[in-house]
Amino acid sequence: MSEHLVFMLQLVISGIAVGGVYSLMALGFVLIFKASSVVNFGPGELVLFGAYVSWATILQMKLPLLVAFPITLAVAVLLGIVIERGVLRPLIGEPIISVIMVTFGFASVIRGFLNLTWGSDTRPFPVLFSPEPFRVGAVAVSPVHLWSFLGVMLLLGAFSLFFRWSVTGMAMRATADNQQVAQSLGVSVKWIFALSWCIATGVSTLGGIILGSVRGGVDFSLAELGLKVFPVVILGGLDSVAGAIIGGVLIGVLENLSGGYLDPILGGGVKEVAPFVALVVILMLRPHGFFGKVEIERV
Amino acid sequence: MKCGGFRVSYRSDERMFDTRLPVIALVIFLVVFAFVPRFAGTYWLDVLNRIGIAVIGALGLNILVGFTGQISIGHAAFLAVGAYATAILELNAGLPFYLAIPLAALLTSAFGLVFGIPSLRLKGLYLAIATLAAHFITTYGIIHWERMTKGVLGLMVPPATIFGLPLDSDARIFYLIFALAVPAVLFTKNLFRTKVGRAFIAIRDRDVAASVMGVSLYRYKLLAFVISSFYAGVAGGLMAHHSRILFPDAFTLLVAIDYLAMVIIGGMGSILGSIFGAVFMTLLPEILKLTATSLTGIYPQAFGAIASARDIVFGLAVIFFLTFEPQGLARIWVRMRSYWTLWPYSY
Repeated sequence: MSEHLVFMLQLVISGIAVGGVYSLMALGFVLIFKASSVVNFGPGELVLFGAYVSWATILQMKLPLLVAFPITLAVAVLLGIVIERGVLRPLIGEPIISVIMVTFGFASVIRGFLNLTWGSDTRPFPVLFSPEPFRVGAVAVSPVHLWSFLGVMLLLGAFSLFFRWSVTGMAMRATADNQQVAQSLGVSVKWIFALSWCIATGVSTLGGIILGSVRGGVDFSLAELGLKVFPVVILGGLDSVAGAIIGGVLIGVLENLSGGYLDPILGGGVKEVAPFVALVVILMLRPHGFFGKVEIERV
Repeated sequence: MKCGGFRVSYRSDERMFDTRLPVIALVIFLVVFAFVPRFAGTYWLDVLNRIGIAVIGALGLNILVGFTGQISIGHAAFLAVGAYATAILELNAGLPFYLAIPLAALLTSAFGLVFGIPSLRLKGLYLAIATLAAHFITTYGIIHWERMTKGVLGLMVPPATIFGLPLDSDARIFYLIFALAVPAVLFTKNLFRTKVGRAFIAIRDRDVAASVMGVSLYRYKLLAFVISSFYAGVAGGLMAHHSRILFPDAFTLLVAIDYLAMVIIGGMGSILGSIFGAVFMTLLPEILKLTATSLTGIYPQAFGAIASARDIVFGLAVIFFLTFEPQGLARIWVRMRSYWTLWPYSY
């Protein structure tokens, strides 16, 4: 293989791996938006929370992994319930700016709380997979990337099945479609709201664990990564689970390719801004994304 | 005692001040304020200066978010453009500050015009996301246009000089800031007595209805962005002269969120609210700092916890106000005032 092709494939592969995590975060975002039309502007803080709690349970309390993961997930689900009950329930029916601001508010509380408890130093994350990359032809693939991607795909597959076949999943789709009709068919909309937050925090926590092990450490820069969720969901459509999955991978690849090819020309940092440039372009051309529901509305 | 409005002409309905009392109070306040630098220490002068800048910035954002209903998470980018444009105009074009700040504000307005174009197609949440993206693109530009902005190294700004007098101390810059903040408040107050201001409010309340009544959405939405970013440009220019060194880090997304919080906590669609919000958000970290200083005796780590305590208190304040007092401090003020005007027969 030519050197050029290897370079490109390398970028694409690590892009897909990171993109898988974006898909996870976007899945949480889309679930919340679908069920309750709340836009979560603090997805990064949820990821950060998951990463720190798993770090604390694994390395600080030295629990075995099989105990630590369920505990982490349970804490995350609890956080989801607290946010939904305490913060968002009172704001049902308020203007959108209030809902946006309140998500900034609880994100800030989570950040402050984490900083207060564990400080802002970078914490080494437990090495879950061997760091030795293996080679497929000339392209090096690190096991962390491979496993995280497989894990993400497994999860996303499980969620698709859940939405397609399980009663709860159907109830969630029904709520997303039309709250009143769902309620009249006996779906507890309140419960669905709470559940969507629990799933979102749970999924973000998994994202945090994966990101932590991919980067080998957790610190507050993880939270900034959370904002990448917006290009993803705009690309895929705010209310589309499939869109979130595909969008995540696409944005991951896009940012890696643009970073790899444009950084030498433009001088660094392109990776951070390329997804947002894509966001603006998509918003102007196709505001509902590629898989989202088209809303006809006069502005 | 005033117990209601009895207006028999449009002129009295449109008056800026209902009675003479607020005018007198305002004049007394301004006169007292002019002497503040004589007795206030550097620390409190610095806080006051930052409040003054925040008032201008928050007014601008309130015009856009609170009065016109266009959500923008990109206010920090406007401030950054204003600040850097001022600095670059002074350093590279050699303009004095009294030309550089207005020019920079006009540049920021032009920038806001571009920023506002998505608002013609998008609203609500989509507009918020578009401005978020614009914020990141702008900061990227500032960090990487190193030839002009010096990037992360920081850009030194010379002190503003007027008639050979350098405004290099907190006391001197104080007069500059308040010479701009007071007209900014009055201009905003006046704006909402005009056709333009009423068009803004009409768009906020129902855009379709506004356009049916003949308000050109296209023109007034962009105008709201232009006016709002003009304020931000002025505030940014003052920031450049107040801190005298500019870093891209001073204009992060958190700054934009802070300004949104000023608008929310102070009161959306309220001029007084913008002032309250600016005061609240600027004083919050200072109060925490003072508390921490007094706590170091019992709890030595208190000082290190300020940043996180600020995040927590800030978040809780936002949640509290949105849940219990969505119209913010301005509403509390109005309630308190009407309680006391009717006292002892208040209900």
